[in-house]
Amino acid sequence: MDLHEYQAKERFRAAGIPVPPGEIATTPAGAEKLAEDLGGKVVVKAQVHSGGRGKAGGVKLAANPAEAKAHAAAILGMEIKGLTVHKVLITPAEDIDTEAYVGVLIDRATQAPTFIVSAAGGIDIETVAHETPEKIRKLTVDPRYGLLPHQAYWLADFLYDDPSLIKQTTKIIAQLYDSFVNSGSSMAEINPLITTPSGEVKAIDAKMSIDDNELYRRPEVAAMRDSSSEPPAETLAREAGLSYVKLDGDVGCCVNGAGLAMATMDLVKYYGGAPANFLDIGGSSNPDKVVAALEIITADPNVKSILFNIFGGITRCDDVANGIVEAMSRIDIEQPIVIRLTGTNEEIALKILKDAGFPAYTSMDAVVEEAVKLAKGAEA
Amino acid sequence: MAIFTNAETKLVVQGITGRDGSFHTTQMMEYGTAVVAGVTPGKGGQSFKGPGGKSVPIFNSMDQAVAATGANASVIFVPPPFAAGAIMEAADSGVALVIAITEGVPVLDMARAHAFARDRGARVLGPNCPGLITVGGAKIGILPGSIVTPGPVGVVSRSGTLTYEAVYQLTSVGLGQTTCVGIGGDPLIGTNFIDCLEAFEADPETSAVVMIGEIGGTDEQDAAAFVKEHMSKPVVGFIAGQTAPPGRRMGHAGAIVSGAGGTAAEKMAVLEENGIPVAKRPADIVGLVREALA
Repeated sequence: MDLHEYQAKERFRAAGIPVPPGEIATTPAGAEKLAEDLGGKVVVKAQVHSGGRGKAGGVKLAANPAEAKAHAAAILGMEIKGLTVHKVLITPAEDIDTEAYVGVLIDRATQAPTFIVSAAGGIDIETVAHETPEKIRKLTVDPRYGLLPHQAYWLADFLYDDPSLIKQTTKIIAQLYDSFVNSGSSMAEINPLITTPSGEVKAIDAKMSIDDNELYRRPEVAAMRDSSSEPPAETLAREAGLSYVKLDGDVGCCVNGAGLAMATMDLVKYYGGAPANFLDIGGSSNPDKVVAALEIITADPNVKSILFNIFGGITRCDDVANGIVEAMSRIDIEQPIVIRLTGTNEEIALKILKDAGFPAYTSMDAVVEEAVKLAKGAEA
Repeated sequence: MAIFTNAETKLVVQGITGRDGSFHTTQMMEYGTAVVAGVTPGKGGQSFKGPGGKSVPIFNSMDQAVAATGANASVIFVPPPFAAGAIMEAADSGVALVIAITEGVPVLDMARAHAFARDRGARVLGPNCPGLITVGGAKIGILPGSIVTPGPVGVVSRSGTLTYEAVYQLTSVGLGQTTCVGIGGDPLIGTNFIDCLEAFEADPETSAVVMIGEIGGTDEQDAAAFVKEHMSKPVVGFIAGQTAPPGRRMGHAGAIVSGAGGTAAEKMAVLEENGIPVAKRPADIVGLVREALA
């Protein structure tokens, strides 16, 4: 789960990191009022889960409250990479001397939290790491001991020469690690970390991703989920315990297992079609889940055909077939449905489906080819 | 022979009294796995009724189970909040192999648990994995015993049902397996592709390996380099997620294309560059394995 900038800043502030004040506006008038309260000269920042906000015109400097109102009017409702902006953050414009990057994430290779810092802040850190690796310093944290004071100093020392800036930044880095751990984060980043002409160090942008597996024990973080920033179908899927990602194609896919679901989507493309979604229905033969899955798939107006690809390993195919038949009796589907079931008791399952009038297959290739053909036929 | 288990493998089931734990304990025993103990805190002294009237003693802790039965492997079905603790308890008890089936373990918990297990010399498989099945030997985890058949092919995969699909297709044309291992879909896993490839290379029964990867991370790329440098046996690859959009988690916590790295296209190219033929679709795996064995 990604946090918005303003939410990540709340987490950072709570850990003691110096973050300039800022509040959320959802209307141009609200933005104007906040700009007045914050002294007039502010930055208006779109709050969406997408990179490249600045390039898309979602971050604007306002010299006075009237300008803040005008910028907010332009940004609210704007689409950035397919996501509509519902909120803007109003925050004072800072005088910037230097910009640095400070981030921590879970690194797969070392299996530990890893810090990356660079004095080349404000730009994409992956580009910096790739093109000028000498400009970054990396540190692997032993998660059992946490970030040690001398390690935080070693990172800060790479960024500045001035002892006061190093001291302030050492503290900020330690606080960032605390916030990372206490938020159940998989990534936390300050970009840029600025110094001001008066010698202060501040975090003026913030990014944080939360490990979904942490949410059960961090209700205060879970409450930060902004369902308005995700497609409604994904909210429904999450609530039904299904894993769903909407795509742009027209072949709806309902599969058990994430790997097989991806392979099924790829096979749709192999046969010249385009998958409408990723959907992992899990190992259950529960008709409720099948109904939820079909409701989510058919809510997408692009869907022209629907395919099931179920590998019954431990789950018996006849159970799954009965689940599908029962689900179909509870919901009306306009699109053609094709079903593939393979594994334990597949012969019984095929008979159940055929008796109920569903085209049933045992080959993954055959069912995908048919679903693609049906989607194309519907277009013609 | 096979990898990671042998005729001496004696298994403890952590979380044996839970719904999944009890169901799969029965399945494992029916396959022939030597399940010697179960652990559920507070239920020590009771016993689990297995198939065929067999009874498995339940203990309160791993050290008690190991002391009483000489168990040397464990499989974990406990819920996510307790899974990392169960892994560390298993590692502390001295078992050599810890297979964590549980899905949804916080990644920071796993960072600590993996470091702890490494220090104690325990091999962790998973978490969020289907486990392994040594054909005709031990089945540890949730892989269905019905789809495997004995033969010369080793299978290693990050996925569950996609592995079953590949194994099923191999079996249906008579290409049997030595061991099928699911290494898990999480970002931090205890046993990676290279560990499994190394073991298959050393296993005299295995003649070829099928490696099934997916988007996210660089495990497949690292494995490809390992194959080129260190393996004499042929390896056939498959990568899922060519149509996955960047930045979106595709079910598995680890299946996400982030930034520039981890795409299916990149992985497929690196595999091919290192001499590993890549199946364009699951149905092509069988043909590539046949060619590799020819």
